Amino acid sequence: MTAPTLAIDDLRLGFRGWAGTVEVLHGISLHIAKGERVALVGESGSGKSVTARLVLGLVQELRGARFSGRMAFEGRDLGALSRREREALRGDRISMIFQDPTSSLNPVYTIDTLFHEVLRRGAPGIGAAEAREKAIAALADVAITDPERVLRSYAFQLSGGMNQRVLIAMALANNPALLLADEPGTALDVTVQAQTLALMQSLVARHGTSMLFISHNLGVVREFADRVYVIYKGRIVEQGPTEGLFEAPLHPYTRALMAAVPRITGEGIPEIDEEQTGFYDPLVAHPGYSEAELRP
Amino acid sequence: MSPVVRLLIKRIATSFIVLVGVSLLIFTIARVIPGDPARIALGPNASAEAVEALRDKLHLNDAFVVQYGYFIADLARGDLGQSLYSNRPVTQDIAAYLPATLELVFFAGATMILIGVPLGMLAARYRDRPLDHGIRLFTMLGVSAPDFVWAVILMLIFAYFLPIFPIAGRISDSFAVPPVTGFLTIDSLIAGDFAAFGNVLWHLALPAFALSFAGIGQSARLTRANMVETYRKPFIEMALAFGFPQGRIARRFAFKPSMIPSLTVIGLDLASMLGNAFLVEQIFAWPGLSRYGVAVILRKDLNAIVGTVLIISAMFLIVNIVVDLLVALINPRIRLSQRSS
Repeated sequence: MTAPTLAIDDLRLGFRGWAGTVEVLHGISLHIAKGERVALVGESGSGKSVTARLVLGLVQELRGARFSGRMAFEGRDLGALSRREREALRGDRISMIFQDPTSSLNPVYTIDTLFHEVLRRGAPGIGAAEAREKAIAALADVAITDPERVLRSYAFQLSGGMNQRVLIAMALANNPALLLADEPGTALDVTVQAQTLALMQSLVARHGTSMLFISHNLGVVREFADRVYVIYKGRIVEQGPTEGLFEAPLHPYTRALMAAVPRITGEGIPEIDEEQTGFYDPLVAHPGYSEAELRP
Repeated sequence: MSPVVRLLIKRIATSFIVLVGVSLLIFTIARVIPGDPARIALGPNASAEAVEALRDKLHLNDAFVVQYGYFIADLARGDLGQSLYSNRPVTQDIAAYLPATLELVFFAGATMILIGVPLGMLAARYRDRPLDHGIRLFTMLGVSAPDFVWAVILMLIFAYFLPIFPIAGRISDSFAVPPVTGFLTIDSLIAGDFAAFGNVLWHLALPAFALSFAGIGQSARLTRANMVETYRKPFIEMALAFGFPQGRIARRFAFKPSMIPSLTVIGLDLASMLGNAFLVEQIFAWPGLSRYGVAVILRKDLNAIVGTVLIISAMFLIVNIVVDLLVALINPRIRLSQRSS
């Protein structure tokens, strides 16, 4: 059996500050098989985003960050890579999409320039003309009807939805094995978000890209993911198949999370149990979906 | 019409209005400071008739508005009047002294930008590490004392105790460069005299560095602060996540957005060097506009005072226009907002 695209074992992360080390991840394990779409769900501050940044090696460069555990990408131990090797993976084999597309694009360079830089990650010697051709094709892929105009524009001249498409096109341009999507489109309004997510879903399926989908939006996760990990305060509390987890949540925190979604039918904002009974209960895996069972 | 050209025209028009205002102001101030210019020019032994005749010739007996009218009419012909101090046309005097000042300010400005900005970039990239601390200490020295203090200190150390650099002047007496532009660096190159060119640079080094030291500190600190700020922006995280090379991020993707706020202040620093040059020129016996300016103010040489101030203001405005254009060139928001309404 081939190695999973991403395997994380007992990942711990702490930040050393004035008052000792603050641990933010308490030993999480997860994996993403080739072509699989996995969601990491939790509230803000639960450690979802920092996990994605650890995979990319962005957190390691912060001073005071202390981490342990094993992360392997396609069987290669990420911890054993040199800084240069880690950087070589970014944008080429692993890429990332962010919350706010418009502020994620450099405001003083045209999309054309940025796209050229992105494509250079996959093909270092690529010329401007060839890059433009590839960029036009990539933008057409994300259903942008006038790619030439978009390439000539700056991010602030385009709509948020358009910028999200541009970012998706950039993230997939070098055919990465793994796409990390950190709350993609949370800054967009819901209709635009739905459109771009649907687009991303079909592209990821077509390219066979593995994906880590980080979100607090349960509705989107249900549509999007094959499997779900629920994270609470730096611990995975529940894992299982999307349908099974949504039909029958097992962990008290997951049940609270699902109850917290406001209903469009107007039942008001749901009552959240302040007691948080059982939120710290140990990890519950749905039958057949524990790390030990899924990974040889 | 391209947006940048539109901006240029707009700025030149407003600068012209500013110049008219400055001329009126300095024209007034020069006339209200006490002392009779004609009497000072002719000396205490001149007869009352001779003084009166000169006052007539200078239109000093006319109403203020009439005097200003004469001045503007002359100015329109490119004539700033006679200097009572040198007995030559003021325009000729300025043409003789201005190049020395401009050369000094140009080299000081270039030193400020070429040393200050890269220092700030380095400090930002290696922030909170020893290199950053070193750079911050050095730049702190620059901003903590005015230029003329550094001029004296540098002169004492590097020209007096350690005679590495010349103590005064623009060029050694043994060189003769035929004057073409008045800029000795350019004239020596025109003459093909590289020894003279080197000698001119050698003379420029200390005063230019003294004049730029505060600016180096200011621009390095500003560049560092803005770069640190930019490094926190989502588009830099995006660049890192996409694996853009660190060096290219520092030199391109973080640098250009950071320069937008820095550039305006650096431009102001550059323009203020024109004023600070007055003191540095005095210390290094630099034959520039400052010597002339101080001399004519003490002699209440009306035409020369007004002419000198007007030229300095014009230089100031030109620097500002250039900075505005540069900001527009690197900031697409400004460039694109200059569309016809």
